[in-house]
Amino acid sequence: MKSSVSRLSLWLLLTPFLLWIVLLVLLPHLQMLRVSFQVRESWDTIAWGVEQYQNFFTESYYWRTFVRTGVMSLFTTFLTLLIAFPIAWYIARLARGRSKGILFLACLIPFWASELVRTYGWMILLRESGLFSSWLQALGWADGPVEMLYNDVAVIVGLVYNGLLFMVVPLVTTLDGMDENLVEAGYDLGGGHGTVLREIVVPWAMPGIVSGCIVVFMLTLGSYLTPILMGGKDSAWFTEQIFTQFITRFNWEQGAALGVLLLVLSSVIVWLGLKISGQSLRKVMG
Amino acid sequence: MGMDSDLFCEGLVRRFGNNAAVDHVSFDVPAGTFFSILGPSGCGKTTLLRMLAGFDKPDDGNIHIRGQRMNDVPPNHRPVNMVFQHLALFPTMSVGDNIGYGLKRRKIPLAERRKRTARVLEQVGLPDLEHRNPQELSGGQRQRVALARCLVLEPTLLLLDEPLGALDLKLREQMKVELKHLQKQFGTTFVYITHDQSEAMVMSDQVAVMRDGRFDQVAPPEELYREPETPFVAGFVGDNNRLSGELLAVRDNLADVRLDDGTLVQGRVASDNLKRGQRAELYIRPESLVLSGDALNSGYSAMQATVRTTLFDGANSRVEAECGGQPVYARLPQDGSAPRLSADSSIRLAWNPTLARVFGADSL
Repeated sequence: MKSSVSRLSLWLLLTPFLLWIVLLVLLPHLQMLRVSFQVRESWDTIAWGVEQYQNFFTESYYWRTFVRTGVMSLFTTFLTLLIAFPIAWYIARLARGRSKGILFLACLIPFWASELVRTYGWMILLRESGLFSSWLQALGWADGPVEMLYNDVAVIVGLVYNGLLFMVVPLVTTLDGMDENLVEAGYDLGGGHGTVLREIVVPWAMPGIVSGCIVVFMLTLGSYLTPILMGGKDSAWFTEQIFTQFITRFNWEQGAALGVLLLVLSSVIVWLGLKISGQSLRKVMG
Repeated sequence: MGMDSDLFCEGLVRRFGNNAAVDHVSFDVPAGTFFSILGPSGCGKTTLLRMLAGFDKPDDGNIHIRGQRMNDVPPNHRPVNMVFQHLALFPTMSVGDNIGYGLKRRKIPLAERRKRTARVLEQVGLPDLEHRNPQELSGGQRQRVALARCLVLEPTLLLLDEPLGALDLKLREQMKVELKHLQKQFGTTFVYITHDQSEAMVMSDQVAVMRDGRFDQVAPPEELYREPETPFVAGFVGDNNRLSGELLAVRDNLADVRLDDGTLVQGRVASDNLKRGQRAELYIRPESLVLSGDALNSGYSAMQATVRTTLFDGANSRVEAECGGQPVYARLPQDGSAPRLSADSSIRLAWNPTLARVFGADSL
């Protein structure tokens, strides 16, 4: 009697989780996988094959965009880490009491608006008739309007901005838990600033660094709006091509294949990152 | 300043706002000695230690280490190493890397680093533990690793910030003796801060008693115990009974005091400028109080007290009595000579006046 009650409650608690995993994660991905291996022979016959994957490797535009997206995402993640670390250090170690909370809130506030609004915010600043352009002209540093949008730099600026919070939060959490005496001991035993940072602070913050990097990398790799809106003709993002296949060309088979490849890419890079930094997923996410 | 002094401080001041945490402290630590700074929490001893390590700067005064002025030298360039209160072993490094960290900073080659690490681990009694993580060690072992990490650098001065505080009682007693032996073995000058008077007494060659940012007295432990210069030292170092009364007369370095209940007693004069009629405090240690009423020396002072309870603690057993509303403790000898005492019975407590010390009440 008692065990059946506890078993029932266990199932009731598990149900939402199982529904979520099965319906929203597992099934769509399995379906995608299946669709990606379907080859349309004529309007009503379908065969199995790897034609879509062959297309990916033979059509240089696909895999070039793929590599570009991966490299730029890695670069964005690295840049976000460089910018977020001092911010997190300040919030976790130097700010005291109220100012700590306020600074943390300041990092959070932009995320009350949607990604679309945030991206348009950057466009207002960077476009030809935008704020920065008119300031440069007013200061006499530019003769005419300057277009700062529609290039890779603008895309990276937007992506870094979108990822910053997700890097700051795990970093603050790990740095917060570090004993001040560890840093002092690092200096006391003869270390300079660089040594203390490299040998003591970074190894300590490694779980936070890796978890922040994973989240930011995934977000960046899978982002759609920012590269579309801020990038130029040459700044193609891989998600854009998936969208084109599904929506514009109605080629679900090709779209599904590209989607599967993106998933494989992000999984491989995250796995490599964990291996190289010597962290385990459990440690980083726990 | 002595030529062979490892640490010499003059007029050190450190203020936080209007409050001077360290207030004109001067002292001299001879090479190869164990120097303790003993004081209650908040007395400024940690601030003082942090200035010696270089984590804090004095507002005034000078720090000299082996004759070199250290005020503007950053912590990583001082010939000083510190054992932190919670040890601060690097959790991301193995024991060997923890110890090798300082050597690596001095650009000592790997083979030599390994050799020195192994040797120092041997010296602190932890051979072959290089590859363990600090988290896997016991409290006492971690303590030794923290010591080894500093001692391997052969510092002029080793600073210790109450490192025994986190250990349990038994281990603490053991480490006290161990630390003293290690200090002798390495010959390094130790500066040790603690609020535990027993730690300071057992280990030190010299103890400075600190209160409100100043040193009350600097002396070897035994002198501190027998000849406290201030009422604070008398009360803080070891157990002591304080009896207040009025000063009647001073002759031959002995003071006559009338306690508040009217008893006339005597004690040695301990502070200058004692004046007739002023309030005075007489300090007498529990082990100096004699219980038996008879067989008294004629020169002894005595007072009547009421037994409250007896506290059995082996060799440290005491009787708690009350005299004129003030609690008094007397040691109960455990050789069978102590009388049976029942609560509320009356006893006579006597003492040799040369063992008691009388301070003016305002000199506290």
